[in-house]
Amino acid sequence: MQIVAKDLTYIYSEKSKSLAVRAVDGVTLTIDEGEFFGIVGRTGSGKSTFVQHLNGLIKVGKDKGSLKIGEFDLTDKDCDFMALRSKVGMVFQYPEAQLFAETVFDDVAFGLKNFYPELSPEETTERVKTALTLVGLNYEEVKEKSPFELSGGQKRRVAIAGVIVTRPEVLVLDEPAAGLDPVGKRDFIRLLKELHKTFVKTIIIVSHDMNLVSENCSRAVVFDKGKIALSGTPKEIFSDAKKVAELGLDLPVTAKLTNDLKDKGIIIDSDLTTDDFIQKYLRAVKDKGGAL
Amino acid sequence: MKEMTFGQYYPTNSPVHKMNASVKILLVIAYIVAVFMVDYYHFLGLLACLFAIVIATVIARVPFGRMLKSIKGVIFLVVFSAVLQVFFNKQGTPLWEGGFITDEGLLTAGFITMRIVLIVLGASLLTLTTSPVELADGIEFLLYPLKYIKFPVHEFALIMSIALRFIPTLLEETDRIIKAQKARGANFESGNIFKRAKALIPVLIPLLISSFRRADELADAMDARCYAGSKVRTKYKKTTFGLGDLFGLLFFAGLIVGVVYLNGFYLYPYLVA
Repeated sequence: MQIVAKDLTYIYSEKSKSLAVRAVDGVTLTIDEGEFFGIVGRTGSGKSTFVQHLNGLIKVGKDKGSLKIGEFDLTDKDCDFMALRSKVGMVFQYPEAQLFAETVFDDVAFGLKNFYPELSPEETTERVKTALTLVGLNYEEVKEKSPFELSGGQKRRVAIAGVIVTRPEVLVLDEPAAGLDPVGKRDFIRLLKELHKTFVKTIIIVSHDMNLVSENCSRAVVFDKGKIALSGTPKEIFSDAKKVAELGLDLPVTAKLTNDLKDKGIIIDSDLTTDDFIQKYLRAVKDKGGAL
Repeated sequence: MKEMTFGQYYPTNSPVHKMNASVKILLVIAYIVAVFMVDYYHFLGLLACLFAIVIATVIARVPFGRMLKSIKGVIFLVVFSAVLQVFFNKQGTPLWEGGFITDEGLLTAGFITMRIVLIVLGASLLTLTTSPVELADGIEFLLYPLKYIKFPVHEFALIMSIALRFIPTLLEETDRIIKAQKARGANFESGNIFKRAKALIPVLIPLLISSFRRADELADAMDARCYAGSKVRTKYKKTTFGLGDLFGLLFFAGLIVGVVYLNGFYLYPYLVA
């Protein structure tokens, strides 16, 4: 499913002149199927408001541009939002806050029962089991437990399982790694990549972590005051260190190293992923005869 | 959800804002008593109350738009009670031959509408000109005599101010959880009343849990800063009784006298004639 936004605008408290905020201001953006797409920007730049449009949690207002996701036209009043939400999954910041059921099984099955009430119990069990296994939990061990007795990291996994259980084609994640320890973060990225290989075709990730973006995203945009300030591959975005700093962002480690080495006369032209950077760096060292 | 502005504090540093919160609470109570003291159909008395609240609003430099906004919250109640009176009041003479709408019904509807609106205006002027902290302090001061029957006045006031402080936070949290559950296909908009009530469980439980967590954290934070309750606590802002308070007392005392006086004029015959 391709996502096409044209001139999308959203204004908070539109009726009051003094309080009105243009959170999203004329955003035109196309995200193709199969992308691992990053959305970055400082706090209050409109990223979260934009992504909440993607499954109809915020409706596109009249004369506020258009938004199409696959065959769904979100500008249309008769758009089937239930069907849309089953195709576009949304993981919020601190998703463990959404847990409510008595058992892990019931919580994960919640979305499934809402979207596909016709599913047989065996099918439901099968899907819940698959989802829990995908997020790295032992199904037999946790299914009867209360979600509230689990550890923080486990809670988050259960919450994510509750979203991917419906097998969305597009998965939107708003700051998903916030508050995770380094190991948790690494496992989490691994999970995303795993999902991207299976049924999730497009991943859209909102993040403040530039390393996460440069390492994983095929393309990204930078939001600033509701508008798209920069867009392109991570390499293109992080090429202008000054502009990136102006937008209130940090550079990923690989981009910082590239700049430092450039000052020393060593040009490294990598795509800013760690693997590629190290390879290119080693080649540069070799070319200089190992005298660095 | 975030646009609930009912009676939100509107700081302007006016004489009304500077008044003692306890005095303001007493005055609002006096004002409400005055509104209720106006006899049925004595619209002059109600006009006097309206006049009083308008003067107070002008002195407080609160925009009238803000005051009117607070009426929005009770508009259903107002319309509901007015409609009941217009259609079901059988007293008085019908407006036309065999009609079911009587003159008394209309008058009562107008009277009740004005009464509710006036009370809401008074209450919202209090919350618009008094910050929640001052309000809690004011109530604590007024409840002070209850200390002698071992009522934990300070703790009660603290609970109240914490509750007020967390209303916006809870609204935000509710908004977030509703969105998260909607994204998982929860449906809050269709079905009968039982279905809808059941649909709220996935919102209420996370909300309850996060409230307990927040309460725990707040208690820890207060412990960490050596909070020990009323025993050793002094006040940063000493309560004072100033010229403004005296003036306010006199003003509303005048209002009550005025209302009693105006009750002597029976306006109804002139309206009909």
